[in-house]
Amino acid sequence: MIEILAFEPAYWLQTLIKLGVVALVVPTAALILGYVFLMKMMSFMQSRLGPMEAGPYGTLQLLADGVKFLQKEDIFPRRADRYVFALAPVVVLVSTFLLFVVLPVGPDAVVSGLDAGLFFALAVASLSVIGVLMAGWGSANKYALMGGMRAAGQLIAYELPLVLAAIGVVIQAGTLDLNKIVLAQATGEIFGWGAIGNPYILTQFVGFAIFLVAVQAELTQPPFDMPVAESEIVGGYQVEYTGFRFLFFFMAEFGTAFAFAGIASVLFLGGWYVPGLDPASGWFNLIGPFVMFIKIMAVSALIFWFRFTFPRLREDQLQKLAWKVLIPAALLNIVVTGVLKVAV
Amino acid sequence: MTDTTATEAAPAPRHAAAVELLSEVLGDAVLAHHSEGGELWVRVHHEAWQPAGYALRDELGCRWFDFLSAIDWLPSPFGRDMDAEQDWPTTGPPARDTAIEHGVTGGETRLQIFARAAAVEDHPGGGNLSVILKADLPNENPAVQTWIPVYAGANWHEREAWEMFGIAFVGHPDLRHIYLPGEFEGHPLRKDFPLLARRVKPWPGIVDVEDMPDPAEEAQS
Amino acid sequence: MSVTEREQRAFIAAAAADARVNVELETEGMTLNIGPQHPATHGTLRIIARLDGEQVVAAEPVMGYMHRGYEKLAEVRTYPQVTTLINRIDWLGSFANEVPFILAAEQLMEVEAPPRAAWIRTILFELSRLANISLFLGDMGVQLGALTPVFFAFRDREFVLNQIEAVTGGRFHPNFDRIGGLKDDLPAGWIEETRGVMVKMRNFCDELEDLLMGNEIFEARTRGVGVIPPEIALSFGLSGANARASGIDWDMRRDNPCGLVYDEVDWKVWTHPDGDSFARYWVRLQETREATHIVEQLLDGLPAGPVMAKVPVIIKVPAGEAYVATENPLGVMGYYVVSKGDLGPFRVKIRSASFNNISVVPWVMRGVFVPDVITILASLYFILGDIDR
Repeated sequence: MIEILAFEPAYWLQTLIKLGVVALVVPTAALILGYVFLMKMMSFMQSRLGPMEAGPYGTLQLLADGVKFLQKEDIFPRRADRYVFALAPVVVLVSTFLLFVVLPVGPDAVVSGLDAGLFFALAVASLSVIGVLMAGWGSANKYALMGGMRAAGQLIAYELPLVLAAIGVVIQAGTLDLNKIVLAQATGEIFGWGAIGNPYILTQFVGFAIFLVAVQAELTQPPFDMPVAESEIVGGYQVEYTGFRFLFFFMAEFGTAFAFAGIASVLFLGGWYVPGLDPASGWFNLIGPFVMFIKIMAVSALIFWFRFTFPRLREDQLQKLAWKVLIPAALLNIVVTGVLKVAV
Repeated sequence: MTDTTATEAAPAPRHAAAVELLSEVLGDAVLAHHSEGGELWVRVHHEAWQPAGYALRDELGCRWFDFLSAIDWLPSPFGRDMDAEQDWPTTGPPARDTAIEHGVTGGETRLQIFARAAAVEDHPGGGNLSVILKADLPNENPAVQTWIPVYAGANWHEREAWEMFGIAFVGHPDLRHIYLPGEFEGHPLRKDFPLLARRVKPWPGIVDVEDMPDPAEEAQS
Repeated sequence: MSVTEREQRAFIAAAAADARVNVELETEGMTLNIGPQHPATHGTLRIIARLDGEQVVAAEPVMGYMHRGYEKLAEVRTYPQVTTLINRIDWLGSFANEVPFILAAEQLMEVEAPPRAAWIRTILFELSRLANISLFLGDMGVQLGALTPVFFAFRDREFVLNQIEAVTGGRFHPNFDRIGGLKDDLPAGWIEETRGVMVKMRNFCDELEDLLMGNEIFEARTRGVGVIPPEIALSFGLSGANARASGIDWDMRRDNPCGLVYDEVDWKVWTHPDGDSFARYWVRLQETREATHIVEQLLDGLPAGPVMAKVPVIIKVPAGEAYVATENPLGVMGYYVVSKGDLGPFRVKIRSASFNNISVVPWVMRGVFVPDVITILASLYFILGDIDR
């Protein structure tokens, strides 16, 4: 093993570095996804150019937007619950930050390789519900309240298929540690043929589909964007937010999309592993981030493609889809996986 | 395309039959009628307004409600607000005459309510049967029975007529302002309601910017 | 009836409606103001919705935020000046607004436009329809959360607007129709270009059929939502595609073309038996396609000749009354013109389509969900200027 990250800095220095990395990754991820998909891919799909002025091909547009948001006045609605209102975007953003803590981009390149990493990731992801409810309630606005309620109902309904879809992977890998799941895919074999390992998308394709649908709902993106539906409830829980608080919501939305695409690539696409190299090789600490980035962008492209294509479902139709289709399918997937795991 | 081979009924006999049917149902309440350009005007007594609506819908099959509104026949005491001199190059300003002069089917009073319904589902060729119903309203407290039970769509039109002309609709459940703010006073479409914008800043005349072209030159080019 | 009495009655009615809905779930009602500044009301329509959770107990549209009093203003203008005003009623298909008024004035004056003028009028009328309805086809997607179709709509509508601009010089307010004909003839090369645009519009229709109308989510959101039975449609005076989507086989263009040359072309009136939001979208999509065929046939058969009949320079319309209605993009639009032999009309009653189309809202929005309010509003398709006038 090449000792790339072999130096052992002091604990406080390690913590600082890790904090810095996460604090940098979230805005960067939001910027990249926002630019590549929200601005450019959407524009090209809609036969227009998108931003072209700020920087080459408008690459700096989102930076300019960010600066604009920071300059704006921090407005509190008169009857808003000030503390709840102010805290809500922070809570949402914290949930995004915590997601990145367990996301591995190499054998050792992970902020904190928890044994129950998957469990942790899915648990902190649902923290954002609290922030959203706070935003909906604290704004003292009927549209915001409706948006908050819709978001809560939707996120709870889709938490379940999300977890159940991941359980199939957990059964197959036999671990909750995200890094070990990657290793299990890297060393796995498909009917005795192990040249490309065993990316679980091949065996868990049902789980992958359910996971992606649930992620879409978790991110409140079309076709499940009722909590922030502009044409119905004028932006939902975000309606009263301006300036940097709105920026927090924006960053959280795209940061979470990035993180979930990361989790999906870890669970189903083999994470930082590429076939042909020894998974134990320390080189993966170097090329892992790039491999992960490519896989994350591929999954994100899928997520955003749905976003720009589909109309929105109604709230009751969404609940019906979750409880009557996705959850039974996920349970069936678990049963089949379990039986095969024991039998084979 | 229209099936023109079917009953190619000329408008006039169809209209005559319609008037006959209405007279049968309403008796003396049918005061006058007029047929021109494919349209049939029937003037009824204002007390027979709602029965006339029912007759229109059920007897004549005019189930499609078009509109309901009113006309104020009083010539505007303010003229047409366009009395700039160049507007009357040949005749000079007209004498402002205030005698009430009614249109087709005549009339007796100042305010006249009118509504139109059509039988849109049959295709006799040469246009669907449609009737414009008119009724004179008393000068004092103009009121008439509501048409909501006849045509549900009359609701908003009656609110508009109430607001714009001050016509009360007996039996209307929700007679309140539709366009204007709740505290608005007056009935803007009555002719004696001045158009204040024109009072404050007179219209430059029908010739806004340049002189009217000379008809002789026009003919040459 | 006094105001307090009315308020009392409204309160009793609302309480009764609440009681009906709250039998199962004991919840507190909420009043939601949708509009006047709401993205879904494209303009300043306001809907006061009494909600029980997400279910609408009663919905009451409030308008007048854009009332411009055209009926009063028309009384102090001359006939040629009135067209400038009425252009702004339905601002997406503005040429179509002028036509019925001009036809009514012509009927009173007993002037007939020369054949070429009537044909060009019909062509421009249909182009306005394309410019208007194509936006609806995309906008319905936006209201349902699909962002992409509206950009396609704006892209292809641009070509139609260019054609209208090439003839009239105006994109939004052409003001091109004159009593006795048209202001000008077509520019050179226009006919060929328009043919190309018609092909583009047909492609646009195919694209939307694939992208939006064929989408399962779109169907789930629109089928069975906002059903208007034919009797209701008739008694509320619904017209145009809204009536045809309720199964009423009636089109003014076919049944009473009065002055326009629709009987010269071979076309079809599309109806749909369902009466729901999907039917309204479907009918409009077919009509857009049909309109391109109408325009193509009219371009083929365009007669030669003058575009202006002999009319006096100063137009005085003889005394009389006339009502002329045409099948405008939004529905039947009619002008009841009363003349006293003056330079301007004595009274103009503007019968605009959206006013009647929207009056069905309180009826159709009982017991629907908030997202359906948006779907129904979008599918009824109104232009605010056409409601408020």
